[in-house]
Amino acid sequence: MNGHTPLLEVRDLKTYFFTRRGTVKAVDGVSFSLSAGETLAVVGESGSGKSMTALSLVRLVPEPAGRIVGGEIRLEGQDILKLRPHEMRRVRGGRIAMVLQDPMTSLNPAFSIGDQVGEAVREHQGVGGGELRRRVVEALSRLKIPSAESRTGDYPHQMSGGMRQRVSGAIALSCQPRLLIADEPTTSLDVTIQAQYLDLLREIQERLGISVIFITHDFGIVAATAHKVAVMYAGKIVEMGTTEEIFDSPAHPYTEALLRCVPRSDRLESRLLDIPGQPPDLANLPAGCSFAPRCPRAMSRCREVYPPEVEVSPGHVTKCWLAVTEE
Amino acid sequence: MAIVEVERPVLVEHGPRRVWSAVRQLPAAPTLILSVVVVFALFAGQVAPHPPTEGELRMRTKPAAWVEGGSTAHLLGTDDQGRDILSRIIHGTRVSMAVSLLAILLAGSIGTAIGLLAGYKGGLIDALLMRLADVALSMPLILIAVVVAAVNGPSFRNVILVIGLLLWPRFARQVRGETLSIKENDYVALARVAGRSGSYIVWRHIFPNVVPSLLVISTLQMAYVILLEGSLSFLGVGVPPPRPAWGLMIAEGRHLVWTAPWVAAFPGIAMAVTLLALNMFGDWLRDKLDPKLRQV
Repeated sequence: MNGHTPLLEVRDLKTYFFTRRGTVKAVDGVSFSLSAGETLAVVGESGSGKSMTALSLVRLVPEPAGRIVGGEIRLEGQDILKLRPHEMRRVRGGRIAMVLQDPMTSLNPAFSIGDQVGEAVREHQGVGGGELRRRVVEALSRLKIPSAESRTGDYPHQMSGGMRQRVSGAIALSCQPRLLIADEPTTSLDVTIQAQYLDLLREIQERLGISVIFITHDFGIVAATAHKVAVMYAGKIVEMGTTEEIFDSPAHPYTEALLRCVPRSDRLESRLLDIPGQPPDLANLPAGCSFAPRCPRAMSRCREVYPPEVEVSPGHVTKCWLAVTEE
Repeated sequence: MAIVEVERPVLVEHGPRRVWSAVRQLPAAPTLILSVVVVFALFAGQVAPHPPTEGELRMRTKPAAWVEGGSTAHLLGTDDQGRDILSRIIHGTRVSMAVSLLAILLAGSIGTAIGLLAGYKGGLIDALLMRLADVALSMPLILIAVVVAAVNGPSFRNVILVIGLLLWPRFARQVRGETLSIKENDYVALARVAGRSGSYIVWRHIFPNVVPSLLVISTLQMAYVILLEGSLSFLGVGVPPPRPAWGLMIAEGRHLVWTAPWVAAFPGIAMAVTLLALNMFGDWLRDKLDPKLRQV
């Protein structure tokens, strides 16, 4: 990475859930860093801890069951885990913004979209009256919402999913954040709208120079948007590297397996591939590597000791015994 | 990729047309009955043909106008003190409306505040407040009203206080339940990400979404309160005489039921019709505001 301090630096983040069945290690020692203007994609199966990582970053882990039990989250050098709740409120609104998966529930049905965008704009840019109205229309047109002027009076239920997701984007970006966390923002959109939305997001990101954490399970989206990729399995990042490295030379069998699951037309197969077995029970992890029970290349060592982090090439790391032996 | 958007048809009408289209959708019969009740309550003095508390002893226990022996001066007849029953019913709407509106306002405010707090905060606060609600709900309302009336004497104010203070859990439970589901919506999480305070989120994001169901239960509970007020007045621990309340009129007609049944029957019918209209209106409102049935 380049020399200056990264925008976001996460070190050994641990978020546990304390349930009756035992401690669920939803996020278990996650570390990564993100520079300004960079996009990191976090991929993994459902329940791999990618959404919990995102929620931990804004300290919105569902309490009281869940708690961040350790680690550091440095945003522009400041450890936000040490902030008091009211200080945290300022950080969240000012520097981090979020777009979530479901555009049906991310807007309040009781208010018009003009009201909702206006509220965010007023709060963060301190304008009112005619100027506010102008900025609202501007915020909506920036997300390419057609005839933004006349749609400010619309209510969420009058809009399509794609339009709603754009409105959510407009609200998120109106506070001019440094970091945007997008938790599967396109899963509920259909494919053409998805592509539009991603293009739009990338364009805005480049223009405003914000960093993005993209949480997804769709490798197509990863290829189209991300600079770096972190692959999560059972609460841990098992492989991280640039998008090219991950796609061209995956070092972890889990990454390979995930990539194989993406249907491709140039590889004729009679059926879709999946990864055999179930994701592990996070309250009851096996000894050794958590992927070992499903791993086609598991060795006896894999079932005994969790593999250390190995640097395959500069910046490309993985946690796998295979990488250790190859060295 | 170009964004192609077809011009939408106008979905929401504005101005007078919007008001008219809303009025046209109201259920005819309940709306009509409730309008009459409201007009009676507001303009009882102008609408009623006779003063409600002054009787003419010459005209005692006259039957309704269409029955033999009745007179058109007293359309629904008179009671054993010669008071005009129609006029007393008209003035009685005023009591029913005032008691039920004020009691609902009281119970609704307390219940909404407690329900929002319990639902949003959860945990211990929620558990404590909901147990308190259980306690309040398990209180025998009529018995308490009797005790209060025995200690402080029956009064208009006591009726409202007793009903209001014992009815809030019905609102609190409903509001709490809705709050629990509304706060799971992403816009609440996003508001927190945006740095909003808890009170702001409750007031701005949760409360407006509770209002529709609050309207529904208020309407349905209003019917219940009118019935309750009637029962209390019937037992003599409600609104004290000579103020005309429907329950009181039924109680006064009780011993005449074989000789002059109309004295108790007409206030009873008035109450039944009002309750029916309120319940029908409440049901209509519930269907109307149900998001599952709502038309986009």
